[in-house]
Amino acid sequence: MSGLLEGVPRRGLWLLAALLALLALFPVFAGGYLLAVGFLILYFAFVGQAWNVMMGFAGQLSLGHSLYVGLGAYAAAALYVHFGLSPWIGLAASVALCALAGAVIGFLAFRFGVAGVYFAILTIAFAEFARIGFDHFSWVRGSSGLFLPVANYTENDLWNLRGSPRMFYYLMLALTAGAFVLCHALLRSRMGYYWLAIRESPEAAEALGINVFRYKMYAVVISAAMTSLAGVVFAFYYNNLFPEQIFHISRSIELILGPIIGGIGTLVGPIVGAFLLTGLAEGLREMMLQLGIEVPGVKQVFYGLCLLLVIMFLPDGVWPPLAKKLGLHR
Amino acid sequence: MSRLELSGVSKSFRGLKAVSRASFDVTPGGIHALIGPNGAGKTTIFNVVAGVYAPDEGEVRFDGRAIHGLRPDQVCAAGIGRTFQIVKPFAGLSVIENVVVGALHREKDVPAAKRLAAGIVEGLGLGAKSGLPASSLTLPDRKRLEVARALATRPRLLLLDEVMAGLRPTECDQIVAVFRELNRAEGLTILLIEHVMRAVMALAQHIVVLHHGEVIARGAPDEVVRDPAVLESYLGEETEV
Repeated sequence: MSGLLEGVPRRGLWLLAALLALLALFPVFAGGYLLAVGFLILYFAFVGQAWNVMMGFAGQLSLGHSLYVGLGAYAAAALYVHFGLSPWIGLAASVALCALAGAVIGFLAFRFGVAGVYFAILTIAFAEFARIGFDHFSWVRGSSGLFLPVANYTENDLWNLRGSPRMFYYLMLALTAGAFVLCHALLRSRMGYYWLAIRESPEAAEALGINVFRYKMYAVVISAAMTSLAGVVFAFYYNNLFPEQIFHISRSIELILGPIIGGIGTLVGPIVGAFLLTGLAEGLREMMLQLGIEVPGVKQVFYGLCLLLVIMFLPDGVWPPLAKKLGLHR
Repeated sequence: MSRLELSGVSKSFRGLKAVSRASFDVTPGGIHALIGPNGAGKTTIFNVVAGVYAPDEGEVRFDGRAIHGLRPDQVCAAGIGRTFQIVKPFAGLSVIENVVVGALHREKDVPAAKRLAAGIVEGLGLGAKSGLPASSLTLPDRKRLEVARALATRPRLLLLDEVMAGLRPTECDQIVAVFRELNRAEGLTILLIEHVMRAVMALAQHIVVLHHGEVIARGAPDEVVRDPAVLESYLGEETEV
């Protein structure tokens, strides 16, 4: 534990503790809609963190992370619907399936020297395979969608993930906090240094004895496995899955906006990004509803605008300069 | 047994013969220099030794073990460290972090690797800059960082690709002293590519001259610099005025 905290500024720890307390107390004050927004923020902070392992740490751009969300969601949901298996058991299947999918894609790409933009295209291609494939996959009801049985639950059943939005909020909070700690530990490990080296210069990394293929594979597999957890929660939270939606490329793009805006390669960036994007976008939508203006696609325009502003004025993302202001940079 | 032994190494790129049947060896504990005009194939030889390219023909042996065809990381693991002529710092990382990456090769434990790296950074005169991002370094400092990173992998043979280029004479003498000391104290074997003859003459016990991919001369420094073929192709004739 002391090793985990080493080198973290004290002020940073206080801020983290305050943020955690705030998030833990949030459901006491917020209900219904606000709680749903809170869940979404945590969801995007988590998947952003998972994606960041690949892109931010190891420098491998994935534009197909919806594949892992979808596979994870479908695996756990199908096992629950067909066999009544608890999502906690299904989760193991989800993680294994996504780790395998990540390993296959990584192997095909890295073994045959597919890198950069071409690697990104390959990740899109696999997500699209899955989208089209699942449309015709009758065991999970194909394009008509897989539905989980829903009833009015009076009690939270954590074992079967049937319960109130509040339970899901806390589950997502635990996952996000766990991902943060895990990524922090990874970044300080030997593997973390190797990932950064590969991101900065694969040739120099190789010359220093790093097996670049192996460490890129680790990054993809870990990122995919983490992302699958979000998929499981997604499935049991929304109770319906459609290949057209969950594997869609817009979902892949949506989940990478947070870390890009927050700061790629930073630990706090994905969280800040999720707060900014989801928080502000939902706030904007709500405000417009109050004003009686209803324009479809406002959220997308807003995302575009945020991205534009960040790229123009804060190319490293919002977090690095903010950290400097708060005296938290190393 | 030679530390490094090249026998009949050839490497072509799309029909252009970059290295043609090059043979030479490097004795353990020695400092050898590889010189020759631009395009003579010096860096290609380094890349063949370091595992970036497999040779088309010929063999490369390191302490008797065939290493041609190994990947760069395997060559590093065998005990060969290298620097890049066109420096490749991990720009987004600090100076010390750059060197820690190298140190982690032998020291699996991060704090131990940090200690090893700090010593090497200090030894190369980068101590004051250890916390700065590598992207903020000047070119001579970046070259020093290349050396520090390679040294951190604890090599038995160090390949230096033009690390003296662009240094002022005093800086050049400083780094020459560092290599001398490493060679003397730790018995580090060094093979260097260099155009700065001041450094070559000060360091090398043995020189290999390359021209159009072929070894045209090799031997002790004062013999080689008087060799007519070398004067003609590389160093230039001495003219009486």
